[in-house]
Amino acid sequence: MTFKQMFISSVGKKLIMGFTGIFLVLFLIVHAGLNACIWAMDGGVMFNRAGHFMGSNVVPRILEVGLFFFIFLHIIQGYLLTLHNRSKRSVGYAVNYSKGSKWYSRSMAILGTILLLFFILHWKHFWIPSRITGVEEVTLPNGLMVHNLYAVMQETFQSLWVVIFYVIACISLGYHLAHGFQSAFKTIGVHNKRYHALISTLGYGFAIIIPLAFAMMPISFYLHWVN
Amino acid sequence: MSHNTMNLKLKVWRQKNANTTGAFKTYEVNDISDEMSFLEMLDVLNEKLIVTGDEPIAFDHDCREGICGMCSLYIDGKPHGPWQANTTCQLHMRAFKDGDTITIEPWRSNAFPIVKDLTVDRGAFDRIIQAGGYVSVNTGNAVDGNSLPIEKAKADESFAAAMCIGCGACVAACKNSSAMLFLSAKVSHLALLPQGEPERKSRVLNMVAQMDKEGFGSCTNTGACEAACPKEISIANIARLNKEYLRAGLTAE
Repeated sequence: MTFKQMFISSVGKKLIMGFTGIFLVLFLIVHAGLNACIWAMDGGVMFNRAGHFMGSNVVPRILEVGLFFFIFLHIIQGYLLTLHNRSKRSVGYAVNYSKGSKWYSRSMAILGTILLLFFILHWKHFWIPSRITGVEEVTLPNGLMVHNLYAVMQETFQSLWVVIFYVIACISLGYHLAHGFQSAFKTIGVHNKRYHALISTLGYGFAIIIPLAFAMMPISFYLHWVN
Repeated sequence: MSHNTMNLKLKVWRQKNANTTGAFKTYEVNDISDEMSFLEMLDVLNEKLIVTGDEPIAFDHDCREGICGMCSLYIDGKPHGPWQANTTCQLHMRAFKDGDTITIEPWRSNAFPIVKDLTVDRGAFDRIIQAGGYVSVNTGNAVDGNSLPIEKAKADESFAAAMCIGCGACVAACKNSSAMLFLSAKVSHLALLPQGEPERKSRVLNMVAQMDKEGFGSCTNTGACEAACPKEISIANIARLNKEYLRAGLTAE
C-alpha cells in the first residue's frame, strides 16, 4: 500500500480532515492568545509589538506557510468529502432522520462555508493590508517602527455590520468546533473511553472559550472598552 | 390487559424494480390490533392487496426474532421504526396510535440498490465480509478452548461488536450513507481477539478498500448510526477502526 492509496481511501480522507483540524485548533490558541494583547490597556503597544514579531520573525513566517497550506487542504478536502458523501444517496428520504445526531454535526460544511466567507473578509481587513498593501506605521516606546494594526482594528470595528458579521462567524466557529474537536480525535483513532470523555469535555470548553474570546475583540472596540 | 384496535393510513414506497422510478402510495388498514407486530400489520395489508388483485408490497424479513438482520424498513424517519435498540420485526403496533399516518421507506443508499418496493440488495455487506471479515483457520485437531487466554473485558467488548447483525440500519441512518459502523464492528470483534491477530493489518486494509469500492460515503462521526442501531453497536468501534487503519496503513510494506 502506498501513502497515496492510504490517504485517498474514505478513512484516509478523514484522517487528513482530522489532522489538519487539530493543527487549526492549535493555531486558534496562538491567534486568540496574541490578540488578547489588545486588553493590555496600553493603547495597543503590546499588541502592535506582538503583531510585529509575528510578521517579521522567521519562525511564525514559516509556520504561516504551513497554516495556509493546512487551512486550504482542510477547506478543499471538506468540500470534496461533502460532495462525495452527498452523491451516495441519489434518492433522499421523505422524512429525514434528525433525532439521532446534533444539527451542527450534520452542518459542518455550512458552518465551514460561513467561516470561509469570514476568512475572506478577515484577510481583506488585516492580512492583506499588513502583508501587501501596507499599514500606517507607529513608533513604539523602544523606538521600533511597527505596523499600527491596533489602529486598523479600532477603525474596522467601528462598523456595526462588521462587528455583527464577526460575531456570527464566532458562533459558527463555536458550533464547528463543538463537533469538530472531538470528531477529529475519534478520526485519528482515540477510542479509549477515559480519553474520549476527557477530549469531549475539553472540546466543548474550547468551543465556548475560544470563539467567545474572539467575539469579545470586535465588541470591545465597538463599545470602546479598549481605547 | 386491554386489547385495542386502530385504523391507520400507510404511505408506502412502491417501486417495480431497480430500473424504474418509484413513488409513494397511500393505503388504509383497519382494525389493527396493538398486539400485532409491524410486519404482521403489513401481512394483513398484503392479504388484502392479493384479494383485490393488486401487487403485494415486497419487504425483507426472515427470523422475526430480531437476530437475523434480514428485516429493514425506514419507518417515520427512523431505520427500524420509533423504538430504541429494536428491529422492525420486533416493533409492535402499540408504538402507534389510532389514526396515525405511517411513512414506510426503503433503506436509501446507492450502495443498496432497490430490488422491489421496500426490498434492497445488501450484497455489498457480504462482499465487505468476504474481503477480510473472517479468520483463516487450518483445519486439524480441535484445539482446547482454554489454550488461548483472553482477558474477560476484551472478550466482552469483542462480543458486543460481534452483536452486529449486518442489517444496514447504520447506512440508512447516516447522512453520508457510510457503512463505517458495520465495518468497524466487523473489524473490532476480530481485532480484539488473539485469533484475529495474524490477519489484523490485511483485514482492515482490504475491508476498507472493498467498502470504498461498493460506494459507501465517509464517516463524519455524527452518531446517527449508533442511535439507530438495533444492536446498540458503539460508535467507539469506528474510532478503533480508524486506529487499526492508521496503524496498518503506516506500517504496511
